[in-house]
Amino acid sequence: MLKGVFGRMTKASVLRNLILKEINDLIMGSMGIVAFLSFFIGAVVAIQTALNLTNPLIPKTLVAYAARQSVILEFSPTFISIIMAGKVGSFITSSIGSMRVTEQIDALEVMGINSKNYLIFPKIIAMFTYPFVICISMFLGIAGAYTAAVLGGFVTSDQFITGLQDEFIPFHLTYAFLKTILFAFILATVPAYHGYYMKGGALEVGEAATTSFVWTSVVLIVTNYLVTQLLLS
Amino acid sequence: MLKGIDYTFERGKTNLIIGQSGSGKSVFLKCMLGLFKPDKGTIAYDGKPFSSFSDEEQRELRKEIGMLFQGGALFDSMNVEQNVMFPLRMFTNQRKSEMLSRVHEVLERVNLEGTGDKMPSEISGGMQKRVAIARAIVNKPKYLFCDEPNSGLDPKTATVIDNLIQELTHENDITTVLITHDMNSVLEIGERIAFLKDGVLAWKGTKNEIFQTEDEAVTDFVYSSDLFQKVRDAQQKGM
Repeated sequence: MLKGVFGRMTKASVLRNLILKEINDLIMGSMGIVAFLSFFIGAVVAIQTALNLTNPLIPKTLVAYAARQSVILEFSPTFISIIMAGKVGSFITSSIGSMRVTEQIDALEVMGINSKNYLIFPKIIAMFTYPFVICISMFLGIAGAYTAAVLGGFVTSDQFITGLQDEFIPFHLTYAFLKTILFAFILATVPAYHGYYMKGGALEVGEAATTSFVWTSVVLIVTNYLVTQLLLS
Repeated sequence: MLKGIDYTFERGKTNLIIGQSGSGKSVFLKCMLGLFKPDKGTIAYDGKPFSSFSDEEQRELRKEIGMLFQGGALFDSMNVEQNVMFPLRMFTNQRKSEMLSRVHEVLERVNLEGTGDKMPSEISGGMQKRVAIARAIVNKPKYLFCDEPNSGLDPKTATVIDNLIQELTHENDITTVLITHDMNSVLEIGERIAFLKDGVLAWKGTKNEIFQTEDEAVTDFVYSSDLFQKVRDAQQKGM
């Protein structure tokens, strides 16, 4: 499939509009749910950590440290990507699958258009703006943690800020964004594959969307393991 | 699936391929469109075998092909105007005003003026077919392929679609190939007819000849409809 996706290109002016539309549908359309989840999960991470710090020898700054590490290393890149596999992945599979069922893909092929490039390439390019979503997710996750920890009375604002800066390793951000880029590619291609090669009718479109979510999640988790093993261990 | 088919489609005429479901009509159409590759044999456009075309030549040829799908295959995400404009945007370097002018011209031709801003889901099945026809002819194709264009339409709308296809074929001197199992279409616009049975070209002729032939396979198919049987019985009784 990828050979076709990166094969004969669609006219540049058409492609530009398609990419902008995909950024709007896939990225901007997901900002609300990502912001909501990130803020509250960050808050829960902070509360859970604070409630488990019963030993007085452990500094309170650990609440912010734990929240920062959880959010940057796993929660934002991986957990949000699983959510995106459900939201964006299902959308990609069902939209391409519906086009297959209603012969719209055949129509493109008959016209001599490389349907894989026309339909999938703009999605891949649009998903390369996905690290922007994860960046916002990280910020809001930590903001949620700060709000819950400080307003909940678990730590002071100063303690939280100190913990946030404690033993910060910039490479962790490189690792997080590197895997985010890989996840973006997976989020665009695995669901597109399931939509493009589906057979049947409307019922099968729904089945394809479900299968696509399962496989995208599996590929994301395995990739996460491999990247972590390669870069952090 | 298909065996020993030797047939030439005439330019400027509506060439019908008829036959029962499973007789190989759609496979034949997909072979002609290059979507299926035949194991043996040759499909030629203007005498040149399709298989000998380079990728670039195939793409150029496809620009000269208009296709009307069974369900219309309009792009859901585009309105009527954008659907019809699509081939122009993809294959020409015209300015938007020129494209719009051509789009309005063809929409007027298929009696759909004023519907440009409607989405496919907001118009009837018959209108969707007419939009699909407009999209198929907007780039002035040399060949028009139609896959059961009347499926799912009421008889009156089906006749409108049939007549529109025939008029456009004559006006623009297009080679039209239409797949159908609707005998009303045969009666309306069947200038040249090929009858497929079990993947074999069992009979060929015109719409006048098909009602006079003694070929058993053809008569079985033609008179499988009660209406046509009654017409034949009435004719035989001299009514």
